[in-house]
Amino acid sequence: MSNPYHCGYNLHSKTLHTASPGGGLKKTRQSKIRLHVNGKLHDLEVGDKPHQIKPSHTLAHTLRETLGLTGTKLSCDEGACGACTVLMDGKAVLSCMLLTVECHGKTILTIEGLRNPETGELDPIQKSFIEHTAFQCGFCTPGMIMSTKALLLKHPHPSEEQVKEGLSGNFCRCISHYHVLEAIRALTGEKGHS
Amino acid sequence: MDETFRHIGKKKARVDALDIVTGKAKFLNDLKFPEMLHGAVLRSPHPHALIKDMDKTEAESLPGVRAVLTWKDVPDWRGGTPRYTRILDQKVRYVGDAVALIAAEDEEIAREATKRIRVEYEILPGVFDMDEAQKPDAPQLYEQFPGNVVTPGMPFFGPKSLREVVMGNVEKGFQDAEVISEGIFGYENIPNPIPLESPGAIALWEEPNHLTLWVSNQASYMDKITLFHVTNRTVNVRIIGGPCGGSFGSKFMSWQIQCYAALLSRATGKPLKLVLTKEEHLATFTLRPASRIHAKVGMKKDGTLTAIQGEWWIDTGYYSMTTQAQVAVGCGELQIMAQCSNWDLRTKIICTNRNASGIVRGFGGQELKCAFIPLLSLAMEKAEIDPLEFLKKNFVQPGGGYFWRDGIWYDYRGIDYRKVMEEGAERFGWREKWKGWLKPTAVNGPKRRGVGVGIHGNADIGEDASEAYVRLYPDATATIHSCVTEHGTGQITNYIRMVAEVLKIPMEWVSLTPADSMMTPYEFGPAGSRGTYAIGAAVIAAAEDAKKTLLELFAKKMSLQPQDLDTEDGFVFVKARPDKRLSWKAMSVDRTITGYGRFEPDYSLTNCMISFVEVEVDTETGKLILLRVVNATDVGRIIDPPGLENQLNGCLGSGGIDSAIFEEMVLDRKRGYLLNANLIDYKWRSFLELPVIKNVVLETPMPTHRFQAVGVGEIATSPGPSAILMAVSNAIGRWVHHYPLTPERILMALRGEEAQG
Ligand code: FES
Ligand code: FES
Repeated sequence: MSNPYHCGYNLHSKTLHTASPGGGLKKTRQSKIRLHVNGKLHDLEVGDKPHQIKPSHTLAHTLRETLGLTGTKLSCDEGACGACTVLMDGKAVLSCMLLTVECHGKTILTIEGLRNPETGELDPIQKSFIEHTAFQCGFCTPGMIMSTKALLLKHPHPSEEQVKEGLSGNFCRCISHYHVLEAIRALTGEKGHS
Repeated sequence: MDETFRHIGKKKARVDALDIVTGKAKFLNDLKFPEMLHGAVLRSPHPHALIKDMDKTEAESLPGVRAVLTWKDVPDWRGGTPRYTRILDQKVRYVGDAVALIAAEDEEIAREATKRIRVEYEILPGVFDMDEAQKPDAPQLYEQFPGNVVTPGMPFFGPKSLREVVMGNVEKGFQDAEVISEGIFGYENIPNPIPLESPGAIALWEEPNHLTLWVSNQASYMDKITLFHVTNRTVNVRIIGGPCGGSFGSKFMSWQIQCYAALLSRATGKPLKLVLTKEEHLATFTLRPASRIHAKVGMKKDGTLTAIQGEWWIDTGYYSMTTQAQVAVGCGELQIMAQCSNWDLRTKIICTNRNASGIVRGFGGQELKCAFIPLLSLAMEKAEIDPLEFLKKNFVQPGGGYFWRDGIWYDYRGIDYRKVMEEGAERFGWREKWKGWLKPTAVNGPKRRGVGVGIHGNADIGEDASEAYVRLYPDATATIHSCVTEHGTGQITNYIRMVAEVLKIPMEWVSLTPADSMMTPYEFGPAGSRGTYAIGAAVIAAAEDAKKTLLELFAKKMSLQPQDLDTEDGFVFVKARPDKRLSWKAMSVDRTITGYGRFEPDYSLTNCMISFVEVEVDTETGKLILLRVVNATDVGRIIDPPGLENQLNGCLGSGGIDSAIFEEMVLDRKRGYLLNANLIDYKWRSFLELPVIKNVVLETPMPTHRFQAVGVGEIATSPGPSAILMAVSNAIGRWVHHYPLTPERILMALRGEEAQG
């Protein structure tokens, strides 16, 4: 059986374009930023105009304001709450803590890209969150789900402690933690308790 | 009546679940409009000052800036109770008070512009403590409030709005007492409930006086009413509410942010979004009111209360919008858990130079009781009575009653909650763990365990009015018109569930209008625990009204009487011969049927939650760990099992149990700064520190509701904080009375020193 956490395309093999030789940004100012977001290629201009990426823009800002992917939430905007978690090259990152100009050539997966792009089928994590009502207001949920995704890519059968550790950076004020743990436990099965 | 239900009590996916897990749910900050501008606020660095002069020319000339407004540029809109707090004033009264408003093409420019406004202040001394504020030479925040005591102003709940509890004869009560305890106790912790989504608004002003506001609040319709008054009844307000990323009471009142956005839109003629940063949210938005009591209680050895006397002081920060109302409800809530014939409890609201207090997960009762239960505990210790027995004895029972917020006495007509108190005690193992006052449950080297218990009941389950329409269509669908937004409780799904149950159709056939005050009738909003009983009753009544009209129409068509008919799955059928039926299509395509429902306030019922906690204290480090919580409640009937469980688990956060352990805003009481106004320094509970929570829910049918239910959402947080103090006192064998119990405070108590704060 294929990996149940497979989300439609392989996150690890999608390193599309290596950054320009020598790390690009550090030496020469990049005038274009290439991002691969949810399976789509975006070539973004750097500049001061409304449609351009300012060097001060965070990845969260670019995703939300430039690309219209508002599923990624912003709360603290300083790396303390996990609401803005997305996957970058398969790993969970806080998109409020990265400047877009640093992300050239990266592959990003946001909550909008989690369902299977061909069939539209939900990721098993999404299904389990629905099944277990693993949210209340739902504002922390995209970040929670993306952190869970990263965790399960790394440890398909995490222990309870690994799950708690993996989500320890995600703030939830409604205290939906208990249902989130149930939702994840249901996915990882009894083995997860080892 | 023992009914079988198709939806009530069943585990169902929330109607908004798919939107939430796919990121499609549009919270306020996810909305965008053509030509939309962004707002920012310049805020005062001083706790108390007069603005002598201002120069905004540099800010105005910054490319991209569209408007800069100061106190001189805005109309005399005022909030507060009474309405003395101007939207922008020449005087600033806390660190963070608004000094100027900026509209710009993007947020970055707007924030940059705040740095380019030159302000000359005349700095005034500030006051940050209730005792200090009342001294004769204390700085005065408002000339209208001599001594910084906030006058009652417009009574919130009618001419007799509750401000005190006075009845019987307290002198006689103290004579009859076998034990008396007395002292000063506080719940002066001022946590911010910090919903993850920061407060904000989008405004569109259309001349001459039309304002549309997009909000993500707890009570969209009430925003319309509040703003109408704030603008001196000059502005016609339409509110459009969307999903709310947490509120916990706080976003019930966002009039200032809404006015800032409205004024900037008025100045620019464009839609304008203003969302607070997280720092602004923590440093400038409303906090829990701080409570202090000077009080005395008399008690018989068997736990019967004979007298309650004292003063309840409330620090409301730099102004009060809802504090008077919280005092009224808090006075009522204390009576629910402390039935006593002789009372003399007075109240006083005081303003100081910190940000304003508002609504935080509770409405006065948690504030008063967290200060009061430690006082009661001292008397219980003298009487050598188990707190569980005390709570069982003194919580309101049939035959009892209370003065409620409107100053009127209500005879209680709800159930006897002693059964659920016992059930909770049993599941927790209270009788095995309770070893007596100031006695640990277990000692293991330096680690000591203790247990505590608290209770809460609130008659807000039937507070305020609600209205709804339910409209039926010939294709067998139904739409609920109600001004409610989802703020986490799952109640939208539950209103759909209730209507689907009445009409006996699948939930998928029922939808709810957007919370647009132009489309929906009046709705107070899901505040307190009123969602299930009050809003639910209005929605159910509307569905039943619509159903009645439907059956009347079909009775004519079928030449029968309406009482001969019923409906299910989009067919009207003859009860005696269910195979004889007619589809709703027979309404014909040119007709809809609209039912109307209204709920009239009912204060004669309360809910009840008892919470048991077990803690472990490390006497070497002072570290306090919450090991286990058992919450027990009787809800009449469970409407939404996972939703209820989620709400009860919410007992920890948003100014709940954790406000006794680590959660607090730390105010520098010399300079007026909040020292931890960011999510790195503000302490919150992570996945790694979760206690075991067990929720015990009984279902004793409550005849007042169509589905025999009452709500309990709000009170989940209330019994816990004082239970933590009790548990820690028992664990370490010394009284601790300060919230939160930081390691430092616990170590001080162990050394026998008096903690401050
Ligand atoms: S918004 Fe990025 S961590 Fe809080
Ligand atoms: S569900 Fe509201 S913050 Fe987590």
